[in-house]
Amino acid sequence: MFTEMKKNSQIFQDSNNTYYPEDELQVSNVVKELYKKNQPTELIGTGTKNFIGNKIQSAKKLSLSKLAGIVEYLPHELYIKVKANTSLELVEKELEKNNQELAFEPIDFGFIESGKSNKGTIAGYLACNYAGSRRFKVGSVRDHILGFRGVNGKGDIIKSGGTVVKNVTGYDLSKIVAGSFGTLVALTEITLKVLPKKKLSNTITIHTENKKLITELFEKISSSSSEISGAVFIPDEPVDENYEHNKEMVFKFNDLKFKGSFLALRVEGDKISIDEKIKALTNELGLHKLNSTTLDVHQSTPFWKKINNLEIFKATKNNLLRAVIPPSKGNKLMKYMGNKYKYYVDWCGALYWIEVQAKKNNKIVEIKKMIEELEGYLTIIKTSKEFDYEETIFTVDDIRLLVSEKIKKSFDPKRIFNPGKMYRGI
Amino acid sequence: MSELVLPKINKETISKKEYIFKNLAKIINPENVLSHADEIKPYETDALAAYTQTPLAVVMPENTEEVSDILKFCHAEDIKVVPRGAGTGLSGGALPLNDAILLSLGKFNKIIEIDFKNKCVVTQPGVTNLGITHAVQHKNFYYAPDPSSQLACSIGGNVAENSGGVHSLKYGTTTNNILGIEIVMMDGTICRIGGKTLDQEGYDLMGLICGSEGLLGVITEVTVKILKNPQVVKAALIGFPSIEEGGNAATEIISSGIVPAGMEIMDKALIEATDNFSKAGYPRDAELLLIVELDGTESEVDELLKQVRSICEKNNCSSLKLSKNEKERLSFWAGRKAAFPACGALAPDYYCMDGSIPRGKLAEALLEIKRLSEKYKLPVANCFHAGDGNLHPLIMFDGSNKEELRKTEEFGAEILKTCVRLGGVITGEHGVGVEKRELMCEMFNNDDIQQQLDIKKSLDEKNLLNPGKVYPILRKCAEEGRIHVHRNEEKFPDLPRF
Repeated sequence: MFTEMKKNSQIFQDSNNTYYPEDELQVSNVVKELYKKNQPTELIGTGTKNFIGNKIQSAKKLSLSKLAGIVEYLPHELYIKVKANTSLELVEKELEKNNQELAFEPIDFGFIESGKSNKGTIAGYLACNYAGSRRFKVGSVRDHILGFRGVNGKGDIIKSGGTVVKNVTGYDLSKIVAGSFGTLVALTEITLKVLPKKKLSNTITIHTENKKLITELFEKISSSSSEISGAVFIPDEPVDENYEHNKEMVFKFNDLKFKGSFLALRVEGDKISIDEKIKALTNELGLHKLNSTTLDVHQSTPFWKKINNLEIFKATKNNLLRAVIPPSKGNKLMKYMGNKYKYYVDWCGALYWIEVQAKKNNKIVEIKKMIEELEGYLTIIKTSKEFDYEETIFTVDDIRLLVSEKIKKSFDPKRIFNPGKMYRGI
Repeated sequence: MSELVLPKINKETISKKEYIFKNLAKIINPENVLSHADEIKPYETDALAAYTQTPLAVVMPENTEEVSDILKFCHAEDIKVVPRGAGTGLSGGALPLNDAILLSLGKFNKIIEIDFKNKCVVTQPGVTNLGITHAVQHKNFYYAPDPSSQLACSIGGNVAENSGGVHSLKYGTTTNNILGIEIVMMDGTICRIGGKTLDQEGYDLMGLICGSEGLLGVITEVTVKILKNPQVVKAALIGFPSIEEGGNAATEIISSGIVPAGMEIMDKALIEATDNFSKAGYPRDAELLLIVELDGTESEVDELLKQVRSICEKNNCSSLKLSKNEKERLSFWAGRKAAFPACGALAPDYYCMDGSIPRGKLAEALLEIKRLSEKYKLPVANCFHAGDGNLHPLIMFDGSNKEELRKTEEFGAEILKTCVRLGGVITGEHGVGVEKRELMCEMFNNDDIQQQLDIKKSLDEKNLLNPGKVYPILRKCAEEGRIHVHRNEEKFPDLPRF
């Protein structure tokens, strides 16, 4: 016992009661001590997505920021194994050298938080499980995790998965850890699936104010065999100077008429296959009858970056909601949004980003009700200063909450990690 | 196969079986409760036919409420339950227990809704994998995961095992292709997870259930994603004069950035066996055969095939044939799909293994299996999902010879240990079941296993749902949720421990 305490006292702890373990064993030792003393602890990486979820009241903080660096990158095996708090930027830079990427298009939450890029760590992306525009085509963050190592709430070092794509050995814990907001495991190592980058991309934009047509187009796009890898709708409402200005700044492209609402869809591949796909789509979507333009690769790439950076809501001081619905219900939701809210639609009609003014918190309840009626779910991603934390950040039903409590208990029986971050009691 | 250790039989359950039958007959239509020896005989085994056990009774509920009521009753009376889909699993996951009710989902055989607008199908779990594709193919849609048993295996079983198939390289396995499930927990609680939306919020319970081999809940409804047929699909049939050259070509195809829709390898033994069986026109002089399938737009597929050709030629392929039409493409696959029955014609019995390795170790793994085949003096035929490193060596033996049986098991275990040594895993898609239970310790240490057992215990505290599967039974902890070592002595000291 004495040796263990001595070991832990050597792990740096600053004046804010934050531990900075340098390796997995140290993380395990710290957690064992926290477990023994029953001390609720906030897990932190570089804090870029810390604003998502409920505020945590905890005596201690456990920074995992020193667990960073690439452990193994085998481009021919299509995986990269990293210490959990390796920055996304470093990973992207490394993959770029081999013309590979994380296909789920990580969202850069820095723009909504502070107006500039601040991508954060791989562990943060796994903890939140929010994928970008390519989600409806290639899956979410959880679909690209091959395995992990971490420390549970008792201080045990555990692992699941591996480095191979086909693996059904034991429960797939990578999935349950994805989107758990650090409430189950302090992640120490993550293995990600990587994929070859597509050579080029082109974006077709269709300008229309007809919402019914938008829903129809989304449906046709998702039924297409042209492998469309992005489809968003940017409405031209509500009329708001600030929003208009933001939109103009974000979508400043030579071939894009930024006045008015538009739907944009992306095709990827080499030049010949892109041309082939556009030709097929012209027919499938009846493009010749619509007001449409095409953004070449030089415009298409930055266009999707801006979408995935949520730049339309850059540095917003308002509440920002993320709603996912069955795409067929889109017409109803767009009608409801009308010109009351600033929003845009991603994932080919399945994902809505909605801004609700700071002083209109009661509207969040109304929107949530609407989303639930549409059999979707809603998360309050960013809260305004006036936000009332009586309102739940996440959507969950009683039974799932009960099951989640049981799962939480199996990983973290004393509720050491991020208590209350997701739900009360978890 | 060798004698299997199963959970301790609860004598009380056996002694009150008449009471159990009577009560089950009150919960569901009495015609759906089978308890006579003749009626339950067909349920004694799944597709790992070497192991048989007689269940206490077979129940065939017709709706979710009935499943819930059965489980509530069993939970209250401490009766074990083994769920069963179509019984096509190869690892014994649906092997009955003498003191357990076998809960068959066979009557859950209807598709509930086909929703083209949201690109999904809501179905009962007993519908076959291929049944889903058949229901949507008139509009050129299909369900992507395609295990070789797709004609017979049920979608509920696919979810329980996280089944893959030939096309999982590009389109993922079951876990990547489902949107929602309804499960009934052991205490009878009905839980709906996901639906027609992408992802779900909160803990990914669907991801946890998928591949949990019937240990955490009984699946009563599944919502699957459907995809539009690709514009063009073409395949190449490529022969190689050596294992190394073929293996290296497969590795190089992936590392060059090509993502084939499917990529399969067969060795010489299997080329001959399948060609005799299905007359697929395979190159019989080749030591190794590679089938590469590509899909996309016409020019994209042609361009990729050009690249595949160039890689294969660089690796000294001895023959290369491109499919000229759909009929020819299907004929390329005919042999591969007949691999298992073809082996059945070669020897009285065969034992199908299922490990995964890093793709770059394909040639090394094949050579090691060849060496082991000589060591054990047992012929082996190999087919691999080369694109994702999933191996299916088929060991041929005579089940009536006890010594051969023992050697076969040892050979199989050595193959799986080789997979782990090469950086892979003991099961890629068939599941652990009872078959690979004791090999879990090759991959996981005590804390890893304990975490999984804690999850099991949190959702099924009495360990009544499919006990004795997936986790090593020779540990006390597998039954009680903790490790118990008496005076530092363990039973079966020759078994690896974690």
